[in-house]
Amino acid sequence: MSENYSNNKTCVVIGASHAGVNFAFALRKEGWQGKIILFDKDPTLPYHRPPLSKAYLTSKDAIEKNVLKSQESYEKDNIILQLGTEVSSINRLKKTIVLHDGTTQSYDKLVLATGARPIIPSILGIEEASNLFPLRTAGDVENIRNSLAKSQHKRVVIIGGGYIGLEAAASLKKLGATVTILEREDRILARVTTPEMSTFFEDLHSNNGVEIHTNKNVISIKTSEGLNTIICEDNSTFKSDMIIVGVGIKVNIELARDAGLDINNGVSVDSTTQTNDENIYAIGDCTFHYNTHYDRFVRLESVQNAVDQAKVAAAAICGKNATYDAIPWFWSDQYDVKLQMVGLSTGHNKVCVRKEESENTKFSIWYFKDNTLLAVDAINNAKAYVLGTKFIKNQKRIDTSKLVDPFVDFKPANLVVES
Amino acid sequence: MAKITFITTENKSIILEGTTGSLMQLAVDNSIPGIDGDCGGVCSCATCHVHVHPEHVEKTGEASEIETDMLELNDHYNEYSRLCCQIEINEKLDGVVLQVAESE
Ligand SMILES: Cc1cc2nc3c(=O)[nH]c(=O)nc-3n(C[C@H](O)[C@H](O)[C@H](O)COP(=O)(O)OP(=O)(O)OC[C@H]3O[C@@H](n4cnc5c(N)ncnc54)[C@H](O)[C@@H]3O)c2cc1C
Ligand code: FES
Repeated sequence: MSENYSNNKTCVVIGASHAGVNFAFALRKEGWQGKIILFDKDPTLPYHRPPLSKAYLTSKDAIEKNVLKSQESYEKDNIILQLGTEVSSINRLKKTIVLHDGTTQSYDKLVLATGARPIIPSILGIEEASNLFPLRTAGDVENIRNSLAKSQHKRVVIIGGGYIGLEAAASLKKLGATVTILEREDRILARVTTPEMSTFFEDLHSNNGVEIHTNKNVISIKTSEGLNTIICEDNSTFKSDMIIVGVGIKVNIELARDAGLDINNGVSVDSTTQTNDENIYAIGDCTFHYNTHYDRFVRLESVQNAVDQAKVAAAAICGKNATYDAIPWFWSDQYDVKLQMVGLSTGHNKVCVRKEESENTKFSIWYFKDNTLLAVDAINNAKAYVLGTKFIKNQKRIDTSKLVDPFVDFKPANLVVES
Repeated sequence: MAKITFITTENKSIILEGTTGSLMQLAVDNSIPGIDGDCGGVCSCATCHVHVHPEHVEKTGEASEIETDMLELNDHYNEYSRLCCQIEINEKLDGVVLQVAESE
Protein backbone atom coordinates (compact mmCIF):
# COMPACT_ATOMS: atom_id res chain seq x y z
CA MET A 1 0.00 0.00 0.00
CA SER A 2 1.42 3.39 -0.87
CA GLU A 3 1.98 5.87 1.94
CA ASN A 4 -1.14 7.90 1.50
CA TYR A 5 -3.48 5.28 0.15
CA SER A 6 -5.79 5.67 3.12
CA ASN A 7 -5.80 9.49 3.16
CA ASN A 8 -9.27 10.05 1.78
CA LYS A 9 -10.67 6.66 2.63
CA THR A 10 -13.26 5.74 5.19
CA CYS A 11 -13.23 2.64 7.33
CA VAL A 12 -16.58 1.90 8.94
CA VAL A 13 -16.91 -0.51 11.85
CA ILE A 14 -20.24 -1.97 12.94
CA GLY A 15 -20.09 -2.91 16.64
CA ALA A 16 -18.00 -1.02 19.18
CA SER A 17 -17.08 -3.60 21.78
CA HIS A 18 -13.94 -5.68 22.39
CA ALA A 19 -13.43 -6.45 18.71
CA GLY A 20 -14.53 -3.16 17.12
CA VAL A 21 -12.80 -0.83 19.56
CA ASN A 22 -9.52 -2.72 19.59
CA PHE A 23 -9.66 -2.81 15.81
CA ALA A 24 -10.15 0.96 15.50
CA PHE A 25 -7.13 1.76 17.67
CA ALA A 26 -5.02 -0.92 15.98
CA LEU A 27 -5.93 0.49 12.56
CA ARG A 28 -4.62 3.92 13.56
CA LYS A 29 -1.49 2.34 14.92
CA GLU A 30 -0.96 0.54 11.62
CA GLY A 31 -0.95 3.89 9.88
CA TRP A 32 -4.48 4.33 8.48
CA GLN A 33 -4.86 8.04 7.84
CA GLY A 34 -8.43 8.17 6.64
CA LYS A 35 -11.64 8.31 8.61
CA ILE A 36 -12.54 5.65 11.15
CA ILE A 37 -16.18 5.53 12.22
CA LEU A 38 -17.47 3.13 14.87
CA PHE A 39 -21.21 2.44 15.13
CA ASP A 40 -22.94 0.75 18.03
CA LYS A 41 -26.56 0.61 19.07
CA ASP A 42 -25.52 0.51 22.72
CA PRO A 43 -25.51 4.12 23.96
CA THR A 44 -22.80 3.53 26.59
CA LEU A 45 -19.12 4.35 26.06
CA PRO A 46 -17.72 0.90 25.13
CA TYR A 47 -16.84 -1.21 28.17
CA HIS A 48 -15.33 -4.51 29.24
CA ARG A 49 -17.93 -7.28 29.19
CA PRO A 50 -16.28 -9.97 31.37
CA PRO A 51 -16.66 -8.01 34.63
CA LEU A 52 -20.41 -7.63 34.01
CA SER A 53 -21.09 -11.01 35.61
CA LYS A 54 -18.12 -10.79 38.00
CA ALA A 55 -16.61 -7.88 39.95
CA TYR A 56 -18.69 -5.19 38.26
CA LEU A 57 -21.98 -6.86 39.19
CA THR A 58 -21.10 -6.94 42.88
CA SER A 59 -19.60 -3.45 42.93
CA LYS A 60 -21.35 -0.13 43.11
CA ASP A 61 -19.11 1.20 40.36
CA ALA A 62 -20.47 3.22 37.51
CA ILE A 63 -19.62 1.89 34.05
CA GLU A 64 -17.02 4.65 33.61
CA LYS A 65 -14.67 2.61 35.78
CA ASN A 66 -15.00 -0.24 33.36
CA VAL A 67 -14.59 1.36 29.93
CA LEU A 68 -12.32 -0.07 27.24
CA LYS A 69 -10.90 3.37 26.40
CA SER A 70 -11.51 6.84 27.75
CA GLN A 71 -13.53 9.32 25.71
CA GLU A 72 -10.35 11.36 25.18
CA SER A 73 -8.53 8.38 23.67
CA TYR A 74 -11.04 8.27 20.81
CA GLU A 75 -10.66 11.98 20.25
CA LYS A 76 -6.89 11.78 20.37
CA ASP A 77 -6.80 9.06 17.72
CA ASN A 78 -9.51 10.77 15.72
CA ILE A 79 -11.88 7.83 15.94
CA ILE A 80 -15.51 8.82 15.48
CA LEU A 81 -17.90 7.06 17.85
CA GLN A 82 -21.54 6.89 16.83
CA LEU A 83 -23.20 5.34 19.85
CA GLY A 84 -26.88 4.60 20.21
CA THR A 85 -26.96 4.11 16.43
CA GLU A 86 -28.20 0.86 14.97
CA VAL A 87 -27.10 -0.16 11.50
CA SER A 88 -29.99 -1.61 9.45
CA SER A 89 -28.37 -2.85 6.28
CA ILE A 90 -25.31 -3.01 4.05
CA ASN A 91 -25.34 -2.15 0.36
CA ARG A 92 -22.28 -3.85 -1.10
CA LEU A 93 -22.76 -2.50 -4.60
CA LYS A 94 -22.84 1.11 -3.48
CA LYS A 95 -20.43 0.45 -0.60
CA THR A 96 -22.73 2.09 1.91
CA ILE A 97 -24.44 1.16 5.12
CA VAL A 98 -27.91 2.32 6.06
CA LEU A 99 -28.63 3.50 9.59
CA HIS A 100 -31.87 2.95 11.50
CA ASP A 101 -33.08 6.46 10.66
CA GLY A 102 -32.55 5.83 6.94
CA THR A 103 -29.40 7.91 6.51
CA THR A 104 -26.48 6.31 4.73
CA GLN A 105 -22.77 6.23 5.31
CA SER A 106 -20.32 5.22 2.62
CA TYR A 107 -17.25 3.08 3.24
CA ASP A 108 -14.12 1.96 1.50
CA LYS A 109 -13.49 -0.79 4.03
CA LEU A 110 -16.18 -2.22 6.28
CA VAL A 111 -15.57 -4.25 9.42
CA LEU A 112 -18.30 -6.33 11.02
CA ALA A 113 -17.80 -6.66 14.76
CA THR A 114 -21.42 -7.30 15.58
CA GLY A 115 -20.81 -10.01 18.19
CA ALA A 116 -23.75 -11.86 19.59
CA ARG A 117 -26.89 -11.41 21.64
CA PRO A 118 -28.36 -13.54 24.42
CA ILE A 119 -30.89 -16.18 23.46
CA ILE A 120 -34.25 -15.69 25.10
CA PRO A 121 -35.77 -19.16 24.76
CA SER A 122 -39.39 -19.48 23.73
CA ILE A 123 -40.74 -20.66 27.05
CA LEU A 124 -44.45 -20.31 27.65
CA GLY A 125 -45.07 -17.22 29.81
CA ILE A 126 -41.52 -15.85 29.53
CA GLU A 127 -42.76 -12.52 28.15
CA GLU A 128 -44.85 -11.88 31.24
CA ALA A 129 -42.27 -13.07 33.78
CA SER A 130 -41.40 -10.60 36.48
CA ASN A 131 -37.86 -9.23 36.73
CA LEU A 132 -36.42 -11.47 34.04
CA PHE A 133 -33.09 -10.37 32.59
CA PRO A 134 -30.38 -11.54 30.21
CA LEU A 135 -26.78 -10.57 31.06
CA ARG A 136 -24.78 -9.14 28.19
CA THR A 137 -24.83 -5.35 28.44
CA ALA A 138 -24.15 -2.66 31.03
CA GLY A 139 -27.87 -1.91 30.88
CA ASP A 140 -28.68 -5.50 31.84
CA VAL A 141 -26.44 -5.23 34.92
CA GLU A 142 -28.06 -1.94 35.86
CA ASN A 143 -31.47 -3.67 35.72
CA ILE A 144 -30.28 -6.67 37.72
CA ARG A 145 -28.68 -4.53 40.43
CA ASN A 146 -31.76 -2.31 40.76
CA SER A 147 -34.14 -5.21 40.81
CA LEU A 148 -32.13 -7.05 43.45
CA ALA A 149 -31.88 -3.97 45.64
CA LYS A 150 -35.67 -3.61 45.55
CA SER A 151 -36.40 -7.29 46.06
CA GLN A 152 -37.50 -8.30 49.53
CA HIS A 153 -36.76 -12.04 49.42
CA LYS A 154 -34.05 -11.94 46.77
CA ARG A 155 -34.82 -15.39 45.39
CA VAL A 156 -33.09 -15.69 42.04
CA VAL A 157 -33.42 -18.52 39.55
CA ILE A 158 -30.77 -18.69 36.86
CA ILE A 159 -31.80 -20.60 33.75
CA GLY A 160 -28.66 -22.09 32.25
CA GLY A 161 -25.47 -23.31 33.91
CA GLY A 162 -22.84 -21.90 31.54
CA TYR A 163 -19.99 -19.60 32.56
CA ILE A 164 -22.17 -16.50 32.63
CA GLY A 165 -24.85 -18.24 34.69
CA LEU A 166 -22.31 -19.58 37.16
CA GLU A 167 -20.49 -16.28 37.51
CA ALA A 168 -23.78 -14.49 38.03
CA ALA A 169 -24.67 -17.07 40.68
CA ALA A 170 -21.43 -16.44 42.58
CA SER A 171 -21.88 -12.67 42.35
CA LEU A 172 -25.54 -12.65 43.35
CA LYS A 173 -24.77 -14.94 46.27
CA LYS A 174 -22.22 -12.40 47.40
CA LEU A 175 -24.95 -9.75 47.20
CA GLY A 176 -27.11 -11.78 49.57
CA ALA A 177 -29.45 -13.53 47.13
CA THR A 178 -30.75 -17.07 47.38
CA VAL A 179 -29.65 -18.61 44.11
CA THR A 180 -30.89 -21.66 42.20
CA ILE A 181 -29.46 -22.76 38.85
CA LEU A 182 -31.59 -24.82 36.47
CA GLU A 183 -29.60 -26.64 33.80
CA ARG A 184 -31.21 -28.58 30.96
CA GLU A 185 -28.27 -30.95 30.35
CA ASP A 186 -27.12 -33.60 32.81
CA ARG A 187 -24.20 -31.43 33.90
CA ILE A 188 -23.43 -27.72 34.07
CA LEU A 189 -20.98 -26.27 31.51
CA ALA A 190 -21.87 -29.22 29.25
CA ARG A 191 -21.43 -27.19 26.07
CA VAL A 192 -18.08 -25.67 26.96
CA THR A 193 -16.00 -27.98 29.10
CA THR A 194 -15.25 -31.52 30.19
CA PRO A 195 -17.07 -33.56 32.87
CA GLU A 196 -14.08 -33.17 35.21
CA MET A 197 -14.48 -29.38 35.30
CA SER A 198 -18.27 -29.60 35.52
CA THR A 199 -17.97 -31.70 38.66
CA PHE A 200 -15.51 -29.27 40.22
CA PHE A 201 -17.79 -26.29 39.62
CA GLU A 202 -20.89 -28.14 40.81
CA ASP A 203 -19.17 -28.86 44.10
CA LEU A 204 -17.86 -25.31 44.35
CA HIS A 205 -21.32 -23.83 44.00
CA SER A 206 -22.96 -26.34 46.32
CA ASN A 207 -20.34 -25.56 48.96
CA ASN A 208 -21.17 -21.90 48.59
CA GLY A 209 -24.87 -22.49 49.08
CA VAL A 210 -26.05 -22.27 45.47
CA GLU A 211 -28.56 -24.97 44.51
CA ILE A 212 -27.85 -26.61 41.18
CA HIS A 213 -30.45 -28.79 39.47
CA THR A 214 -29.48 -30.56 36.27
CA ASN A 215 -31.80 -32.26 33.75
CA LYS A 216 -34.25 -29.42 34.27
CA ASN A 217 -35.89 -28.37 31.05
CA VAL A 218 -37.94 -25.26 31.81
CA ILE A 219 -41.20 -25.38 29.86
CA SER A 220 -43.25 -22.56 31.32
CA ILE A 221 -43.29 -19.66 33.74
CA LYS A 222 -46.35 -18.47 35.62
CA THR A 223 -46.23 -15.07 37.22
CA SER A 224 -48.58 -13.49 39.66
CA GLU A 225 -48.01 -10.45 41.85
CA GLY A 226 -44.33 -10.36 41.07
CA LEU A 227 -43.73 -13.99 42.00
CA ASN A 228 -42.53 -16.32 39.26
CA THR A 229 -43.24 -20.04 39.31
CA ILE A 230 -40.91 -21.83 36.97
CA ILE A 231 -42.20 -25.17 35.74
CA CYS A 232 -39.94 -27.87 34.33
CA GLU A 233 -40.71 -30.74 31.99
CA ASP A 234 -40.53 -33.24 34.88
CA ASN A 235 -43.25 -31.19 36.67
CA SER A 236 -40.89 -29.83 39.31
CA THR A 237 -41.47 -26.17 40.15
CA PHE A 238 -39.29 -23.36 41.48
CA LYS A 239 -40.35 -20.00 42.90
CA SER A 240 -38.41 -16.83 42.29
CA ASP A 241 -38.55 -13.04 42.47
CA MET A 242 -35.99 -12.65 39.71
CA ILE A 243 -34.90 -14.76 36.74
CA ILE A 244 -31.62 -14.52 34.89
CA VAL A 245 -31.44 -16.15 31.49
CA GLY A 246 -28.04 -17.52 30.57
CA VAL A 247 -28.72 -20.18 27.96
CA GLY A 248 -26.22 -19.07 25.36
CA ILE A 249 -25.98 -16.61 22.53
CA LYS A 250 -27.14 -16.07 19.00
CA VAL A 251 -24.59 -14.64 16.60
CA ASN A 252 -25.51 -11.30 15.04
CA ILE A 253 -25.20 -12.43 11.43
CA GLU A 254 -28.31 -10.81 9.97
CA LEU A 255 -26.57 -7.78 8.38
CA ALA A 256 -23.98 -10.03 6.76
CA ARG A 257 -26.49 -12.64 5.66
CA ASP A 258 -28.84 -10.08 4.11
CA ALA A 259 -25.89 -8.59 2.25
CA GLY A 260 -25.17 -12.01 0.76
CA LEU A 261 -21.93 -12.70 2.62
CA ASP A 262 -21.00 -16.32 3.30
CA ILE A 263 -22.39 -17.55 6.61
CA ASN A 264 -21.51 -20.74 8.38
CA ASN A 265 -22.32 -20.78 12.09
CA GLY A 266 -21.07 -17.17 11.99
CA VAL A 267 -19.69 -14.86 9.33
CA SER A 268 -17.14 -16.88 7.34
CA VAL A 269 -13.72 -15.28 7.18
CA ASP A 270 -10.32 -16.36 5.92
CA SER A 271 -7.13 -16.25 7.96
CA THR A 272 -6.82 -12.49 7.36
CA THR A 273 -10.40 -12.00 8.68
CA GLN A 274 -11.63 -11.07 5.20
CA THR A 275 -15.12 -12.17 4.15
CA ASN A 276 -16.00 -13.22 0.61
CA ASP A 277 -16.27 -9.49 -0.21
CA GLU A 278 -12.73 -8.08 -0.47
CA ASN A 279 -13.80 -4.80 1.15
CA ILE A 280 -15.55 -6.38 4.12
CA TYR A 281 -13.86 -7.97 7.12
CA ALA A 282 -15.38 -9.59 10.20
CA ILE A 283 -13.88 -10.03 13.68
CA GLY A 284 -14.78 -11.29 17.15
CA ASP A 285 -17.69 -13.37 18.41
CA CYS A 286 -19.54 -13.09 15.09
CA THR A 287 -16.93 -14.92 13.02
CA PHE A 288 -16.56 -18.49 11.89
CA HIS A 289 -12.86 -18.85 11.24
CA TYR A 290 -10.08 -21.34 10.69
CA ASN A 291 -7.74 -22.15 13.54
CA THR A 292 -4.38 -23.15 12.10
CA HIS A 293 -3.15 -24.77 15.26
CA TYR A 294 -6.12 -27.11 15.63
CA ASP A 295 -6.71 -27.45 11.88
CA ARG A 296 -10.41 -26.79 11.99
CA PHE A 297 -13.05 -24.09 11.74
CA VAL A 298 -14.34 -22.62 15.00
CA ARG A 299 -16.48 -19.85 16.39
CA LEU A 300 -15.21 -18.56 19.71
CA GLU A 301 -16.73 -16.36 22.38
CA SER A 302 -13.77 -14.74 24.04
CA VAL A 303 -11.92 -11.49 24.53
CA GLN A 304 -8.72 -13.12 23.24
CA ASN A 305 -10.32 -13.96 19.91
CA ALA A 306 -11.90 -10.51 19.58
CA VAL A 307 -8.66 -8.67 20.31
CA ASP A 308 -6.38 -10.89 18.24
CA GLN A 309 -8.65 -10.85 15.20
CA ALA A 310 -8.94 -7.07 15.56
CA LYS A 311 -5.17 -6.73 15.24
CA VAL A 312 -5.03 -9.04 12.22
CA ALA A 313 -7.81 -7.14 10.45
CA ALA A 314 -6.10 -3.80 11.08
CA ALA A 315 -2.81 -5.02 9.65
CA ALA A 316 -4.50 -6.69 6.67
CA ILE A 317 -6.49 -3.56 5.79
CA CYS A 318 -3.27 -1.56 5.86
CA GLY A 319 -1.80 -3.96 3.34
CA LYS A 320 0.49 -5.80 5.72
CA ASN A 321 1.01 -9.51 5.96
CA ALA A 322 -1.03 -10.84 8.83
CA THR A 323 -2.66 -14.15 9.53
CA TYR A 324 -4.68 -15.23 12.49
CA ASP A 325 -2.77 -17.99 14.22
CA ALA A 326 -3.64 -17.74 17.89
CA ILE A 327 -4.06 -20.34 20.58
CA PRO A 328 -7.36 -19.57 22.27
CA TRP A 329 -7.43 -18.64 25.95
CA PHE A 330 -10.18 -17.75 28.36
CA TRP A 331 -10.76 -17.18 32.05
CA SER A 332 -13.56 -17.22 34.59
CA ASP A 333 -13.64 -15.90 38.16
CA GLN A 334 -16.13 -17.38 40.64
CA TYR A 335 -15.92 -16.85 44.43
CA ASP A 336 -12.20 -17.07 45.19
CA VAL A 337 -11.57 -19.46 42.32
CA LYS A 338 -9.78 -18.40 39.17
CA LEU A 339 -10.12 -20.65 36.14
CA GLN A 340 -7.70 -20.10 33.27
CA MET A 341 -8.02 -22.15 30.12
CA VAL A 342 -5.76 -22.40 27.12
CA GLY A 343 -6.25 -24.38 23.94
CA LEU A 344 -9.24 -26.35 22.69
CA SER A 345 -9.84 -29.68 24.39
CA THR A 346 -12.25 -31.11 21.80
CA GLY A 347 -10.99 -34.42 20.47
CA HIS A 348 -8.85 -35.34 23.47
CA ASN A 349 -8.45 -39.01 24.38
CA LYS A 350 -6.36 -38.70 27.52
CA VAL A 351 -6.75 -36.55 30.63
CA CYS A 352 -4.09 -35.93 33.29
CA VAL A 353 -4.82 -34.18 36.56
CA ARG A 354 -2.11 -32.53 38.61
CA LYS A 355 -2.97 -31.46 42.15
CA GLU A 356 -0.57 -29.14 43.95
CA GLU A 357 0.31 -29.45 47.61
CA SER A 358 -1.34 -26.29 48.81
CA GLU A 359 -3.81 -25.17 51.43
CA ASN A 360 -6.22 -23.76 48.88
CA THR A 361 -7.61 -25.68 45.93
CA LYS A 362 -4.98 -25.61 43.23
CA PHE A 363 -4.90 -28.03 40.33
CA SER A 364 -4.76 -28.32 36.58
CA ILE A 365 -6.30 -30.64 34.01
CA TRP A 366 -4.26 -31.46 30.94
CA TYR A 367 -5.99 -32.73 27.81
CA PHE A 368 -4.05 -34.80 25.28
CA LYS A 369 -4.76 -36.43 21.96
CA ASP A 370 -2.33 -39.31 22.01
CA ASN A 371 0.93 -37.52 22.84
CA THR A 372 -0.14 -34.07 21.74
CA LEU A 373 -1.19 -31.56 24.37
CA LEU A 374 -4.43 -29.90 23.25
CA ALA A 375 -5.54 -27.82 26.21
CA VAL A 376 -5.09 -27.03 29.90
CA ASP A 377 -7.65 -25.95 32.46
CA ALA A 378 -5.97 -24.42 35.49
CA ILE A 379 -7.71 -23.76 38.78
CA ASN A 380 -5.96 -21.15 40.95
CA ASN A 381 -2.83 -22.13 39.12
CA ALA A 382 -1.47 -19.49 36.76
CA LYS A 383 1.78 -21.40 36.54
CA ALA A 384 0.06 -24.40 34.97
CA TYR A 385 -1.76 -22.09 32.58
CA VAL A 386 1.45 -20.41 31.45
CA LEU A 387 3.31 -23.70 31.13
CA GLY A 388 0.44 -25.19 29.16
CA THR A 389 0.46 -22.19 26.82
CA LYS A 390 4.19 -22.64 26.19
CA PHE A 391 3.91 -26.38 25.59
CA ILE A 392 0.97 -26.07 23.22
CA LYS A 393 2.74 -23.33 21.27
CA ASN A 394 6.04 -25.18 20.98
CA GLN A 395 4.31 -28.54 20.52
CA LYS A 396 6.54 -30.09 23.13
CA ARG A 397 6.07 -33.69 24.20
CA ILE A 398 5.43 -34.01 27.89
CA ASP A 399 6.35 -36.72 30.36
CA THR A 400 2.92 -37.28 31.87
CA SER A 401 4.13 -39.35 34.80
CA LYS A 402 6.22 -36.38 35.92
CA LEU A 403 3.43 -33.98 35.08
CA VAL A 404 0.99 -35.54 37.55
CA ASP A 405 3.58 -35.75 40.34
CA PRO A 406 3.26 -32.65 42.53
CA PHE A 407 6.73 -33.27 43.93
CA VAL A 408 8.28 -32.70 40.51
CA ASP A 409 8.92 -28.97 40.32
CA PHE A 410 6.66 -27.27 37.77
CA LYS A 411 9.35 -26.27 35.28
CA PRO A 412 9.66 -26.88 31.53
CA ALA A 413 12.99 -28.66 31.92
CA ASN A 414 11.46 -31.21 34.29
CA LEU A 415 8.48 -32.05 32.12
CA VAL A 416 9.57 -31.96 28.50
CA VAL A 417 10.64 -35.18 26.83
CA GLU A 418 13.70 -34.40 24.76
CA SER A 419 13.40 -35.99 21.35
CA MET B 1 -2.24 12.80 43.00
CA ALA B 2 0.82 10.95 41.73
CA LYS B 3 3.15 11.66 38.81
CA ILE B 4 4.05 8.42 37.05
CA THR B 5 6.60 8.00 34.27
CA PHE B 6 6.19 5.27 31.68
CA ILE B 7 9.22 4.56 29.49
CA THR B 8 8.08 2.91 26.29
CA THR B 9 9.90 0.12 24.48
CA GLU B 10 11.14 2.82 22.11
CA ASN B 11 12.67 4.63 25.07
CA LYS B 12 10.22 7.49 25.08
CA SER B 13 9.37 8.88 28.52
CA ILE B 14 5.74 9.77 29.08
CA ILE B 15 4.79 11.46 32.33
CA LEU B 16 1.20 11.04 33.50
CA GLU B 17 -0.78 12.19 36.49
CA GLY B 18 -3.21 9.87 38.19
CA THR B 19 -5.38 9.90 41.28
CA THR B 20 -7.40 6.68 41.33
CA GLY B 21 -7.62 3.36 39.55
CA SER B 22 -4.76 1.12 38.55
CA LEU B 23 -1.59 2.00 36.69
CA MET B 24 -2.87 -0.17 33.83
CA GLN B 25 -6.00 1.98 33.51
CA LEU B 26 -3.90 5.13 33.56
CA ALA B 27 -1.67 3.72 30.82
CA VAL B 28 -4.57 2.52 28.66
CA ASP B 29 -6.43 5.80 28.99
CA ASN B 30 -3.32 7.54 27.73
CA SER B 31 -2.58 4.98 25.01
CA ILE B 32 0.85 3.97 26.32
CA PRO B 33 2.06 1.56 23.65
CA GLY B 34 2.58 -1.97 24.93
CA ILE B 35 0.03 -1.75 27.73
CA ASP B 36 -3.22 -3.24 26.41
CA GLY B 37 -5.00 -4.41 29.55
CA ASP B 38 -7.11 -6.89 27.58
CA CYS B 39 -8.57 -8.68 30.61
CA GLY B 40 -9.60 -5.47 32.31
CA GLY B 41 -7.20 -5.91 35.20
CA VAL B 42 -7.71 -9.38 36.64
CA CYS B 43 -4.31 -11.04 36.09
CA SER B 44 -5.57 -13.08 33.16
CA CYS B 45 -3.88 -11.60 30.09
CA ALA B 46 -0.42 -10.34 31.09
CA THR B 47 -0.72 -7.49 28.57
CA CYS B 48 0.17 -4.94 31.25
CA HIS B 49 3.73 -6.09 32.01
CA VAL B 50 6.15 -3.43 33.29
CA HIS B 51 9.52 -3.33 35.02
CA VAL B 52 9.49 -1.09 38.05
CA HIS B 53 12.59 1.08 38.43
CA PRO B 54 14.72 -0.79 40.98
CA GLU B 55 14.72 2.18 43.34
CA HIS B 56 10.92 2.41 43.30
CA VAL B 57 10.05 -1.15 44.23
CA GLU B 58 9.59 -0.01 47.79
CA LYS B 59 6.77 2.31 46.68
CA THR B 60 4.98 -0.15 44.42
CA GLY B 61 5.48 -3.23 46.56
CA GLU B 62 6.48 -6.68 45.39
CA ALA B 63 4.67 -8.82 42.82
CA SER B 64 2.05 -11.20 44.19
CA GLU B 65 2.26 -14.94 43.57
CA ILE B 66 -0.12 -14.90 40.62
CA GLU B 67 1.77 -12.04 38.97
CA THR B 68 5.03 -13.95 39.24
CA ASP B 69 3.38 -17.13 37.98
CA MET B 70 1.96 -15.27 34.98
CA LEU B 71 5.29 -13.66 34.12
CA GLU B 72 8.06 -15.99 35.23
CA LEU B 73 8.35 -17.82 31.92
CA ASN B 74 8.07 -14.62 29.88
CA ASP B 75 11.19 -13.87 27.83
CA HIS B 76 11.31 -10.39 29.34
CA TYR B 77 10.76 -11.33 32.97
CA ASN B 78 13.07 -9.98 35.61
CA GLU B 79 12.92 -9.39 39.36
CA TYR B 80 11.26 -6.00 38.80
CA SER B 81 8.43 -7.38 36.68
CA ARG B 82 4.87 -6.48 37.65
CA LEU B 83 1.42 -6.67 36.13
CA CYS B 84 0.62 -2.99 36.50
CA CYS B 85 -3.14 -3.66 36.72
CA GLN B 86 -2.31 -4.86 40.24
CA ILE B 87 -0.85 -1.54 41.34
CA GLU B 88 -3.41 0.94 42.60
CA ILE B 89 -2.58 4.62 42.24
CA ASN B 90 -2.09 6.57 45.45
CA GLU B 91 0.04 9.50 46.57
CA LYS B 92 2.81 7.17 47.65
CA LEU B 93 3.45 6.30 44.01
CA ASP B 94 4.43 9.86 43.17
CA GLY B 95 7.63 9.84 41.12
CA VAL B 96 7.55 6.15 40.20
CA VAL B 97 9.20 5.18 36.91
CA LEU B 98 8.04 2.12 34.96
CA GLN B 99 9.62 0.58 31.90
CA VAL B 100 7.06 -1.05 29.59
CA ALA B 101 8.21 -4.63 28.94
CA GLU B 102 8.68 -5.83 25.36
CA SER B 103 5.91 -8.15 24.24
CA GLU B 104 6.85 -11.76 23.65
C1 LIG C 1 -21.31 -11.47 31.21
C2 LIG C 1 -20.19 -11.88 30.29
C3 LIG C 1 -19.00 -12.40 30.81
C4 LIG C 1 -17.96 -12.77 29.98
N1 LIG C 1 -16.79 -13.23 30.52
C5 LIG C 1 -15.73 -13.49 29.73
C6 LIG C 1 -14.46 -13.87 30.28
O1 LIG C 1 -14.30 -14.01 31.48
N2 LIG C 1 -13.43 -14.07 29.43
C7 LIG C 1 -13.55 -13.92 28.07
O2 LIG C 1 -12.58 -14.10 27.34
N3 LIG C 1 -14.75 -13.59 27.53
C8 LIG C 1 -15.82 -13.36 28.32
N4 LIG C 1 -17.03 -13.00 27.75
C9 LIG C 1 -17.15 -12.97 26.29
C10 LIG C 1 -16.65 -11.67 25.71
O3 LIG C 1 -17.21 -10.58 26.38
C11 LIG C 1 -16.98 -11.63 24.24
O4 LIG C 1 -16.27 -12.67 23.61
C12 LIG C 1 -16.61 -10.30 23.61
O5 LIG C 1 -17.41 -9.28 24.14
C13 LIG C 1 -16.75 -10.36 22.11
O6 LIG C 1 -16.54 -9.10 21.58
P1 LIG C 1 -17.18 -8.65 20.19
O7 LIG C 1 -16.76 -7.24 20.02
O8 LIG C 1 -16.84 -9.64 19.15
O9 LIG C 1 -18.75 -8.76 20.36
P2 LIG C 1 -19.76 -8.09 21.39
O10 LIG C 1 -19.08 -7.83 22.67
O11 LIG C 1 -20.97 -8.93 21.37
O12 LIG C 1 -20.09 -6.68 20.73
C14 LIG C 1 -20.82 -6.53 19.57
C15 LIG C 1 -21.36 -5.13 19.52
O13 LIG C 1 -22.00 -4.92 18.28
C16 LIG C 1 -23.15 -4.12 18.47
N5 LIG C 1 -24.04 -4.37 17.34
C17 LIG C 1 -24.50 -5.57 16.87
N6 LIG C 1 -25.28 -5.40 15.81
C18 LIG C 1 -25.34 -4.06 15.57
C19 LIG C 1 -26.01 -3.24 14.61
N7 LIG C 1 -26.76 -3.77 13.65
N8 LIG C 1 -25.84 -1.90 14.69
C20 LIG C 1 -25.07 -1.34 15.66
N9 LIG C 1 -24.43 -2.06 16.59
C21 LIG C 1 -24.56 -3.40 16.55
C22 LIG C 1 -23.69 -4.59 19.80
O14 LIG C 1 -24.48 -3.59 20.40
C23 LIG C 1 -22.41 -4.85 20.59
O15 LIG C 1 -22.01 -3.76 21.37
C24 LIG C 1 -18.10 -12.64 28.58
C25 LIG C 1 -19.30 -12.14 28.05
C26 LIG C 1 -20.33 -11.76 28.89
C27 LIG C 1 -21.60 -11.22 28.30
S1 FES D 1 -4.68 -6.22 32.54
FE1 FES D 1 -4.74 -8.34 32.19
S2 FES D 1 -3.18 -9.02 33.52
FE2 FES D 1 -3.16 -6.90 33.89
